[in-house]
Amino acid sequence: MVIRLRNITKVYRVGAERIAALNGVNLDVDRNEYVAVMGASGSGKSTLMNILGCLDRPTGGTYELDGRLTTSMGASALAHVRNERIGFVFQSFELLPRLTALKNVELPLIYARAGWFSRRARAKKAIETVGLSDRMRHRPNQLSGGQRQRVAIARALVARPAILLADEPTGNLDSRTSEEILALFNQLHRSGQTIIMVTHEPDVARHAKRIIRMKDGRVHSDLPVEEDPVSELPAPTPLAGIPLEVSA
Amino acid sequence: MNPLQLLVAPVVLIYQSVFLALGQVWANKVRSILTTIGIIIGVASVTAVIAALTGMKQSVLTQFESFGTNKVFILPYPPDTGKRVVWRWADLRFHQHDFDEMLEHCPSVATFSRNCDYTQSISYGTHTESNVDIVGIDPQWHQVENRSVILGRPFSLIDNEHARAVCLINKIAQDRLGLDTDPTGEAIMVGDRRFIVVGVVESRAESSMFGNGRSDAEVFIPFNTAYTPDNGFVVVAASKSPDVSDEAQAEITFYMRHKRHLRVDQPDNFRIEVVQKFVDQFKSVASAITMVAGGIVGISLLVGGVGIMNIMLVSVSERTREIGLRKAVGARPSAILLQFLIEAMVLCLLGGMAGLLGGEGITAILKSIPQAKLDQASIPGWAIALSFGFAAAVGLLFGMFPAIKAARLDPIEALRHE
Repeated sequence: MVIRLRNITKVYRVGAERIAALNGVNLDVDRNEYVAVMGASGSGKSTLMNILGCLDRPTGGTYELDGRLTTSMGASALAHVRNERIGFVFQSFELLPRLTALKNVELPLIYARAGWFSRRARAKKAIETVGLSDRMRHRPNQLSGGQRQRVAIARALVARPAILLADEPTGNLDSRTSEEILALFNQLHRSGQTIIMVTHEPDVARHAKRIIRMKDGRVHSDLPVEEDPVSELPAPTPLAGIPLEVSA
Repeated sequence: MNPLQLLVAPVVLIYQSVFLALGQVWANKVRSILTTIGIIIGVASVTAVIAALTGMKQSVLTQFESFGTNKVFILPYPPDTGKRVVWRWADLRFHQHDFDEMLEHCPSVATFSRNCDYTQSISYGTHTESNVDIVGIDPQWHQVENRSVILGRPFSLIDNEHARAVCLINKIAQDRLGLDTDPTGEAIMVGDRRFIVVGVVESRAESSMFGNGRSDAEVFIPFNTAYTPDNGFVVVAASKSPDVSDEAQAEITFYMRHKRHLRVDQPDNFRIEVVQKFVDQFKSVASAITMVAGGIVGISLLVGGVGIMNIMLVSVSERTREIGLRKAVGARPSAILLQFLIEAMVLCLLGGMAGLLGGEGITAILKSIPQAKLDQASIPGWAIALSFGFAAAVGLLFGMFPAIKAARLDPIEALRHE
């Protein structure tokens, strides 16, 4: 198991009130799974995402990532875990505007204290994987939305993380570019990457192999994509000229 | 990670942070300049003030030097007993032959001259110069003052014994009186007495400090010619080197007390002034003044530090999302802390460098003002090191709070920040 959540709770205090965002979540994710987490806003999916990403600590329960118990770790150790085992892809890309694409991809390796040469080589390889070799000297504002998200994916992958966490990765993209990004995810999944994606769009979620639906801070349903309602939606009309896979 | 990497990694992180910081400064050029103005002015004024004081100290020391730091003055002086005792001049004054055996009894004294000086006007033809130093001297005076005869001859023993009306004049007196290039044999008037010029002496190195507005012209006459018991005289001795000034003083004191038949319980009725002591005192006072002035001006550096803190706080809040992202991809709180601390220090050190250039500029301007007599002004190495150290310390001190604030940011909150 890459991820093992046991009875995870998260309680926020708002004044004297206690609001439970997560209410006893149990979840196992195996290596090379492709999971989509769905749910309405307020269902707890963002909180779950933050805890999975070690950005936040649960109030109760245990979380084992890659065999390591993270729930007892301090801020520094959690930073190390994020650096080594988790790759984040955000809705708004979060690239540093002053750095070139290549430098943005190198960022996690800087904090991994990798040497200059291995950093360069690994960053270049990651950028190749997302098919942007010809754009690596460009700054984010010289790239399209889809290209920016691909740079962000390269940054998430560069440290060879155990899991790739994507939070609404297509939320800021048009449908055509979204398909490109999802095709890239498919390809990564086929090459063995574990992917967990948060989305509220069924069209996006249907690309995953397993759908988890959250409701009121609990796992409401946890089904293979074929058994989940998303598969009953009419397949979107394929857009002409979009390759289902990105050639590396 | 192997042990070598563990050692090298922090260095790499620091070096990367420095580059990152330089990039930030470059990206916000105008803001960085405005921010560091406090530091720039602070360092510039500290270094310029220290340079000016150093120059002043050097020029005074040079004057002491030209005056002779191995000199010891012996003068009649009523002892300070605290009681109101009136001393008669006849009891205090030195006698002509008091010093005849001094060299034998004072091994640290190289030589000495009895000097009795007064001021007179001098004239030659239609040229007149008033307020001129007329100094009665022994022939050894040339060794004591290290000023030799450049034309003609020095005084002979006969000149002195017979109290002849001959004189040596300095170059300035020669020019002021409109004398020929070779004035020997000419007669000049000193007061209402006629003197024959036998030689010309080098003018003394400029020493405005001891001038008292008198004429720079000097006339020297044999000691016996000048001496009257009423005027008295003082003795200027030269110790064998400035280092044995203290020994010379002790030996002379012993000799004088013996010569003047003072009992053990009687205080000295003369005084011995050692130039080297003045130099030492002056040096310590000058250092103290430099420290105090530098310290006071250094307060402006603290004010500059507040500017740095302000801009770093702005920088932290502007870059909240960046901090969040860096944390998400694995930056430890300590790495963020280091990044912002180094940025503050880089700002301060760049300001320090600019300030140092400013200080050099001000020093160059001070040097070029002739009246200021600061041509030896320069920023000493320790002041450069100190101002850089101080600038770095200011960066560290005032960068700490914003850096801690950045390091403590919650990554989720930071990423949500607009």
